[in-house]
Amino acid sequence: MNVRSQVSMVFHLDKCIGCHTCSIACKNIWTDRKGTEYMWWNNVETKPGTGFPTRWEDQERYKGGWEKKNGDLELKSQNKSSALFNIFHNPNQPTLDDYYEPWTYDYQNLFNAPEGADQPTAKPISMITGEYINVEAGPNWDDDLGGSPVYAQNDPNLESLTPEQREQLFATERLVFFYFPRICNHCLNPACVAACPSGALYKRGEDGIVLIDQKRCRGWRACVAACPYKKTYFNWSTGKSEKCILCYPRLETGQAPACFHSCVGRIRYLGVLLYDAARIEEVAKLPDDQLIEGQRSLILDPFDPEVIAGARANGIHDSVVESAQKSPVYQFVKVWKLALPPHLEYRTFPMLFYVPPMSPVMASKEGGVIDHVSGDLFHDIEQSRVPVAYLAKLLGAGQENKVRYALRKQKAVRWYRRALTVGDVTMEVSSRMLAEADCSSEEAEAIYRLTSLCTFEDRFVIPPMHREEAIQMMEDPLEHKASAGFGFVSGPQRGM
Amino acid sequence: MTNPTMNLLLFAMLPYVALFTFFLGTILRYRKAPFTYSSLSSQFLENNQHFWGLTALHYGIIAILLGHLLGLLIPRQILLWNSRPLRLYVLEIFSLAFALMALVGFVGVIERRIRYPKARTVTTPADWIIESMLILQAAAGIYVAIFYPWGTSWYSTSAAPYLHSIFLFRPDISYLVTMPFIVKFHVVNGWLIVGFFPFTRLVHALVAPVPYLWRKPQLVRWYGIGILPVWPRRPSGARD
Repeated sequence: MNVRSQVSMVFHLDKCIGCHTCSIACKNIWTDRKGTEYMWWNNVETKPGTGFPTRWEDQERYKGGWEKKNGDLELKSQNKSSALFNIFHNPNQPTLDDYYEPWTYDYQNLFNAPEGADQPTAKPISMITGEYINVEAGPNWDDDLGGSPVYAQNDPNLESLTPEQREQLFATERLVFFYFPRICNHCLNPACVAACPSGALYKRGEDGIVLIDQKRCRGWRACVAACPYKKTYFNWSTGKSEKCILCYPRLETGQAPACFHSCVGRIRYLGVLLYDAARIEEVAKLPDDQLIEGQRSLILDPFDPEVIAGARANGIHDSVVESAQKSPVYQFVKVWKLALPPHLEYRTFPMLFYVPPMSPVMASKEGGVIDHVSGDLFHDIEQSRVPVAYLAKLLGAGQENKVRYALRKQKAVRWYRRALTVGDVTMEVSSRMLAEADCSSEEAEAIYRLTSLCTFEDRFVIPPMHREEAIQMMEDPLEHKASAGFGFVSGPQRGM
Repeated sequence: MTNPTMNLLLFAMLPYVALFTFFLGTILRYRKAPFTYSSLSSQFLENNQHFWGLTALHYGIIAILLGHLLGLLIPRQILLWNSRPLRLYVLEIFSLAFALMALVGFVGVIERRIRYPKARTVTTPADWIIESMLILQAAAGIYVAIFYPWGTSWYSTSAAPYLHSIFLFRPDISYLVTMPFIVKFHVVNGWLIVGFFPFTRLVHALVAPVPYLWRKPQLVRWYGIGILPVWPRRPSGARD
């Protein structure tokens, strides 16, 4: 056992209202610089939808993540020698067209236009060339299913559905969507780190945050191709790659990352997980259907004396272990099994987990009343408008039972609270549901509290970062805003 | 270029100025401005034509530079190889093919930068200058290869001793003064490229990521320790 600590995250999709406040908070702090205009370290996608960059989940095209080859784990995008042979032209690098051309507007024209018969307009201008452009794509072009016949239909996850299910998903007046906010997953087995020819990417030992050393990065773009979530981005102006830094300067001062802090729906949770680094490779080679249990088995019980001793032996501070014991992420992921990792089949072991969203029941019965107290108390989960198969493709590595378990438990908790507060459901029924959903009333109460009544301190259990030990972190990061990266004071200029 | 003073200046002085600038420039830049130590890829902005120019020029230039280096290091063996006509032709044809590949690549690259506005926005004056120098260099080299056969052999008997004399700090320009203009141009432009090298994107060649071949896949950095290449292990006594 090799105990490590990892700052991990849970996004409760059932609470996400798709307001994009997180994206704006992040953009204003980190990616409002030249070369980063198109980057969205945090973005919110509508699902079903194609996402950002377009169809990023289609790994046949983007070649992200790991794959098993002859029992070995290999990057899909490259092996060691092909990385060098292809270094002059990366065959798997997404280009600007896969994202969008960032633009602003010619606002001056509103003031300077000569008098004429028509109102002056502010035409869009490319932020790359400065020329007028026709805007044809954006970071969130298919928000709320906008243009869904063109966009949402191309969602790679829809491959898991039957033609009837697909049809129902997009039937007029029955269609449904949910939001899928994404940041860097700060994976345990990051493909970006493994792909970097220069060794510029690394995982921080103390908290597992994955960063790109801007001085060491030579802009070979291998990380951009290798990350299956497309959460490393190429800065076209500095020629370096950049990614979500989980607001480590904020974390180190005890503040939640900006996207977490600003979350209106309070869907985000952050806390430490202790994990066993010695078994990562072994677990990453498991077959698809064992991956979820495999990743859960990597996460260690922070109350187990053996784990605590292992943590101490590895120099993890007691205060961090204590923080891990209070971690809301540990509850959601390991204890309650409500939160699931996105696309675990890419085998990077993302440490951002999602609570799958509940959705309305499919109103397939014409004018019929849906009986909520039928023999099968969970029938509506099978009939929900977002098919379980779809969610399983997204969050369950294809395992429907894992998603079903999380949805059933969520429903049981709702009905338990309904029995308590509204009273239109009998306690007997709610108890039966809890039992069937593998949930005690204490657990239901705890889930309810952490889901609905959670305060700032409940949601963000930030471990002490022991900055005093981080000599290189003593500089004020905001001093370097608009310069490239941290730790050195120079503009992102490239010389002549 | 027949003036003796000029010859001395260009073939005996310029090399040292160029080499001095090269070493001082590359080292200082690596230490003082590591952030700038790379090329600036424009593949992200233009990916249709990128492959052809870039791949051709790199494979071409690597082979050609390797050839120049071999001629410098093992001139006798090259001569020995060339003693049979067939082997000479093979070597000459391959060299010429790679040189043409490099030239086509260079032209393709500059054409692409002129043609696509997005690629142009990330092109600096230094890029234009070094690109032009490289095109001239490749063109001159090809001209020499075609019109002054057999270069692979006489390189070993004249250029190699000249370069040896430079690197041994006993500059002997007698090998060069009688050479045709275009050969002299190739040499002078070569030294200019060497001297200009540290101020251009060419520095990325010095940080070619060869260690990737034997590196462990995952990297972890700890406070105050730096990079640890082996990732399921943690240093003993690293903290507390």
